[in-house]
Amino acid sequence: MWNNFRTDERLGVSAETITFPGGNDDAIHAYVAQPIAGGQVPGIVAVHHAPGWDEFYQEFSERLSRHGFTVICPDLYCRFGHGTPDDVAAKVRSQGGVHDDRVIADCQAASRWLRSLSTSNGKVGIIGTCSGGRHALLAASRVRDFDAVADLWGGGIIMSPDQLSPARPVAPIDFTSQLEAPLLGLFGNDDHAPSPEHVDIHEAELKKFGKNYEFHRYDGAGHGFFYYHAAAYRHEQAMDGWSKVFAFFDKYLKA
Amino acid sequence: MNNRSRKEKQMCTMIATSTVVNGVGKGAEGWFPITRATVAYDHSTHGNADHALLLDFANYDRGVDARLAIELDLASSKALLNDLQAAIEAAETVSAPRPAAG
Repeated sequence: MWNNFRTDERLGVSAETITFPGGNDDAIHAYVAQPIAGGQVPGIVAVHHAPGWDEFYQEFSERLSRHGFTVICPDLYCRFGHGTPDDVAAKVRSQGGVHDDRVIADCQAASRWLRSLSTSNGKVGIIGTCSGGRHALLAASRVRDFDAVADLWGGGIIMSPDQLSPARPVAPIDFTSQLEAPLLGLFGNDDHAPSPEHVDIHEAELKKFGKNYEFHRYDGAGHGFFYYHAAAYRHEQAMDGWSKVFAFFDKYLKA
Repeated sequence: MNNRSRKEKQMCTMIATSTVVNGVGKGAEGWFPITRATVAYDHSTHGNADHALLLDFANYDRGVDARLAIELDLASSKALLNDLQAAIEAAETVSAPRPAAG
């Protein structure tokens, strides 16, 4: 729960950019936030959204870390060159995005990096928003490196044939049977990608295969309702959503 | 600008198209050749809208930041599209070969 710490606790996080071996052992950047209190803690891979490896994701990682997780946010756009986040994201956009397989490989490498830490308790979750939510679900469905997954309004879980592309050859929903990690989903009912109808279809598929999931759908919220830097921000829904994220990862990663 | 190649791209909204173009643009450091135009509808980087029509005119051979970026709301985008269409049609009219005399 947010703002529920004891005032006599040793508080704080350390955060910085590192270079680590990503997918294919490529040296890529990642933003890492770690609690300073020490002890054995779980890890979380934060998968950034389409607007890029940006300041929101630095703060997103720090907030998660402040609640007792070591968080690594790999720069999925690192191989496209460097500049401001919006310039790099525009270049990636012009090239059709990052291939799903490359994202999965980077997330898997990030998970293994977390588990290798002497401070790891052996458990790793994955979370993302927007395209990062889609990628988080895809990674958790296709590799066995995650103990819990949170998809925050990931669009493109369900894709029509004309939406498939060289970079996104298979819709994540088609891997539902392979998902073993428990899934948290947060969605705004005013969103168009994913729409409430898409969320219904996804939920039906999860039920069909008997998966462990919990979905929370928010009225009065659209896409990106955690984004306090944007018009999409909805403080009431966002704070409730954060409480769901913390409770979910506490349950599956700290127990 | 010429449509020499055109590829459908997909991002979060899955609305993005990128086209090889031939033109020039003026950025902070002056004029430079533009080789690629990308049109998308996705998260707005600036402005009050959650999403916007994103127009990028770039030359990535010159670096990631060799880009002219514009974000428009949909009403403005439609007005611009109408103006572009009208200007192109007028240009093609005035530049069309004249019929031979007699």
